[in-house]
Amino acid sequence: MTAGAAARQKKLRRAGLQAFLITMSVLWVAPILWALYTSFRPYEETARLGYVSIGGVYNLDNYITSWTQGELPKYFLNTVVILVPAVILVLFLASMMAFTVSRYSWRFNLILLMLFTAANLLPQQVIITPLFRIFLALPMVAPLSDNGVLYDQYIGIMVIHVAFQLGFCTFVLSNYMKTLPKELNEAAVVDGASVWKTYWTIILPLTRPALAALATLQVTWIYNDFFWALVLMKSGDRMPITSAMNNLKGQFFTDNNLVAAGSLMIAIPTLIVFFALQKQFVAGLTLGSTKG
Amino acid sequence: MANDRTARSASATPPAAAGGVAATLPAPKKKHYSLLTRRDTITLWLMAGIPTLVVIVFILVPTVSSIVLSFTSWNGVGAIKFVGAQNYIDLVQTYKPFFPALAHNVIWLLFFLFIATPLGMFLAVLLDKNIRGTRIYQSAIYMPVVLSLAVVGFIWFLIYAPEQGLLNNVLGRTEQGNQISWLGNPSLNLWAVLIAASWRQVGYVMVLYLAGLKGVDPSLREAAAIDGANERQTFRHVVFPVMAPINMVILVITVIESLRAFDLAFIVNKGLNGLELLSTLVTNNIIGEASRIGFGSAIAVVLLVISVGPIIFYLFRTLREEIQ
Amino acid sequence: MVGLAAPWRRNGLITLASLAIIVSACGGGASPTPAAPSAAPPASEAPAASEAPPASAAPAGDTTLGSNESDAVPKAAVAAMVDYCQTQTGVNVKVNTTDHNTFQNQISSYLQAKPDDVAKWFAGNRVRFFAAQGLLSPIDDVWAEIEKYMTPGLKVASTAADGKTYFVPVYQYPWVVLYRKSLFTEKGYTIPKTMDEFKALGDKMKADGLVPLAFGDQDGWPAMGTFDILNMRMNGYTFHMGLMNGTEKWSDPRVKAVFEKWAELLPYFQEGAPGRTWQDAAKLALVDKKAGMYFLGTFANEQAGENAPDVGFFPFPLMGTQYDSENAIDAPIDGFMLTGNPANPEAAKALLKCFGTPEAQLAYVLSPGLTSVAVSPLADTSKYTDVQKAQAEILKGAGFIAQFLDRDARADFAGPSGMQGFLLSFLNDPKQDLDKFLGEIQAYYDTLPPQE
Repeated sequence: MTAGAAARQKKLRRAGLQAFLITMSVLWVAPILWALYTSFRPYEETARLGYVSIGGVYNLDNYITSWTQGELPKYFLNTVVILVPAVILVLFLASMMAFTVSRYSWRFNLILLMLFTAANLLPQQVIITPLFRIFLALPMVAPLSDNGVLYDQYIGIMVIHVAFQLGFCTFVLSNYMKTLPKELNEAAVVDGASVWKTYWTIILPLTRPALAALATLQVTWIYNDFFWALVLMKSGDRMPITSAMNNLKGQFFTDNNLVAAGSLMIAIPTLIVFFALQKQFVAGLTLGSTKG
Repeated sequence: MANDRTARSASATPPAAAGGVAATLPAPKKKHYSLLTRRDTITLWLMAGIPTLVVIVFILVPTVSSIVLSFTSWNGVGAIKFVGAQNYIDLVQTYKPFFPALAHNVIWLLFFLFIATPLGMFLAVLLDKNIRGTRIYQSAIYMPVVLSLAVVGFIWFLIYAPEQGLLNNVLGRTEQGNQISWLGNPSLNLWAVLIAASWRQVGYVMVLYLAGLKGVDPSLREAAAIDGANERQTFRHVVFPVMAPINMVILVITVIESLRAFDLAFIVNKGLNGLELLSTLVTNNIIGEASRIGFGSAIAVVLLVISVGPIIFYLFRTLREEIQ
Repeated sequence: MVGLAAPWRRNGLITLASLAIIVSACGGGASPTPAAPSAAPPASEAPAASEAPPASAAPAGDTTLGSNESDAVPKAAVAAMVDYCQTQTGVNVKVNTTDHNTFQNQISSYLQAKPDDVAKWFAGNRVRFFAAQGLLSPIDDVWAEIEKYMTPGLKVASTAADGKTYFVPVYQYPWVVLYRKSLFTEKGYTIPKTMDEFKALGDKMKADGLVPLAFGDQDGWPAMGTFDILNMRMNGYTFHMGLMNGTEKWSDPRVKAVFEKWAELLPYFQEGAPGRTWQDAAKLALVDKKAGMYFLGTFANEQAGENAPDVGFFPFPLMGTQYDSENAIDAPIDGFMLTGNPANPEAAKALLKCFGTPEAQLAYVLSPGLTSVAVSPLADTSKYTDVQKAQAEILKGAGFIAQFLDRDARADFAGPSGMQGFLLSFLNDPKQDLDKFLGEIQAYYDTLPPQE
């Protein structure tokens, strides 16, 4: 085959590849675009013209209505109250655990690592009932709890998120910490640093890339969860945004356009995180799933 | 205190030469750092102890309790009565949704295994080629992964709704008597939900596989190219085998995700009428006015037992180094 | 923590009260222990100046009320009734509203974990079950005062197995056939009284291009209404209640006859019901006029929007059996109950006493958009909307009133794992082997542990 013919064939194949990928991408984004399109149309317009149509009025009414009637700001705030401390706490605890397990050798290292990793892989339904009972029984002091226990409290949801995500974060961080040179520990020892200082001033700052990656993942996963609050919270007012979406669907049952607007608004924070921190996102996933 | 420190520094192996290669000292791990100060030991115990305590109290204890509760007939209130294996017998003999749910979980697994995951891997291979716009394609396909499953449910509901949904409108089947009930017809709804779930799964697998592909040593590919292999042969005989660990991880993730399937089916109709899954069965028995805690826990234990296999497999694959 | 919005003082008091109760309560929650801070100063607002003197000399205080009415119209009704009673009794009430389904799903955990003092709930087995578990407080003293406003039947519906009352009924709504009056006039339809007339009407509607009966069973429970009415009309109220409480068997040939009849009538029902919500079905019948009739509780009218005044009802046609004279219908009763360990029992009971009065019940049902009617026969019906007057008529004409399958039967039998699933499977395949089908239902019932 001549060089020219080979080059042409390659170009053709490339073009074909591009076409295929463009089609796939469009297909993939299509549902979101459809929701977006629907959300800009008031219900009367789609009732009049049908859903698959162009024309009529386009406005942001649905967004405004679902924001106000659906009381979204309140639920967003709830989510933030749960999310931020949970992410900080889980990264903090996981990094401590990872530090211990990766920099110091213990008899228990392996068992602990196995325990932690397995804990993250369990389906949520397996533990929900006894968990509910534990939430009702464990005493908790005000100001963290206004009914004396973990049930129906922000701190309760926070705690179960932390427990559930600890495994994955520990696993990822311990992998990462293992790649840091052992000499750091030894240098610290020579300098007379305590374990805590070694952790806090030397190892932790070096783990920053992994922490950033994990934070991105955790923010998304904890934000997106809706099962825990479904069972472990009763006050409608306190539910995080994803669990409160049931309310949205209940209130606006026949108005699909409102539901579309509401869902997209709920998706916006994760989309922002995704677009802004895409690299960290991918890094976090791959750090945890690929070895070394 | 001071004595401890000096004693330690005397016995510690000297640090590697400054700025030198990060030499791996051949000394066995166990000998290092065996003399820690009391304070340090306590710190370490706390640093490891608190997270461990959290996991034990909130994950391990409930798991074991679920197993114990599965042998009771507890209804959430009142006394706990042990009934032996009665729950399991009922589950298999008279609980109508059980075998359908099991079947649906298997279908879910097979769908993911043979359609969603391979598609994700295929896209990853295509996108590994560094063509123009690869970033955009990746973002497009990965986007559903960052959405909450509740949002995914609503978006696809807009597509599947019998009168107002995109599909029926495009197909012209919105009139009474002529509607396709994508979510209401028990022969269709599982597939409809699976497509929505795969929409997400494909992106997830793609990203993982792509990262793995990027980690493949380029010299291997070059060597194959020199040997005259085309792209497909290179992939099949060189790249794919090298990716074995990633393949394992993806396999396990696929299995686990299909066992954990819950959100979409539950949002549609609580997992009734064709959308039964083990997870929705557990939820329906445990949440609700009529909590059959004991019975629900039995279903949860079944789910646990099925999940344990892949979990242990995953643990041994990924922690294999440590064990040796 | 930002989210704990309640003022600090009240938090502290409630925590203290809860601790006091936990420490002092021993065994069985049936008898509430008085809360420690009985001299709790009222929180923010002082009771508004009342037009009429307070109904009883109840001490002012705070109490809490848990409500499942998250939709706008009933939410306003709850607020209206609470306002009225706050004025009447001087009690200060904080209403905690949870999403409708969530509240009901979590009721068991809710009642066990520091619930509000008063909770909105349903009569029948649903309240009896929790009373038997000791999660509610008996309110015989409340009933002593409100008994004069109620019928004996209402008291029975509020009484548990131990003979004590636990529930204050407020309003009810019958299950009826709804239709658009303008549609009937336009097409010249007449209201069918018998099953033959009903079928003839259905055929006529089909010929006119309408769906005779709208139907949406995605939530699993609407189909129960059809079963109930067919069973009661064909086999009588007594048999129906026996079936509900387990003394009659589902494998009884009489039950089979009901399903066979239902299969015969299914062509008149809208198809694809398992994939349609009841709200969508209501819209089809009452707004779009694409279906001629709709069999549901009168609350369906709340979905009709501005068309509500044009909606009429008639009772489900008689089947031509010996039980015709019973005129039995489903007419669930909603009301309030007192939870097991209320923080402020005096205030809560004062509130409940007020809820039992006809005036309070009227405050609820006269709220705009509400379609239910007050339960008290002494309620002044002059202010009822036409829709409500029609309902009151139907209720008066009914000889026997059942509460609806999922309130008369045990909850674990009626839920998604039980009857909801079974009825859906019937709707998907009405031609299946009914003996096997009913055998499965009975077998499932038999596996349920005895309710104490």
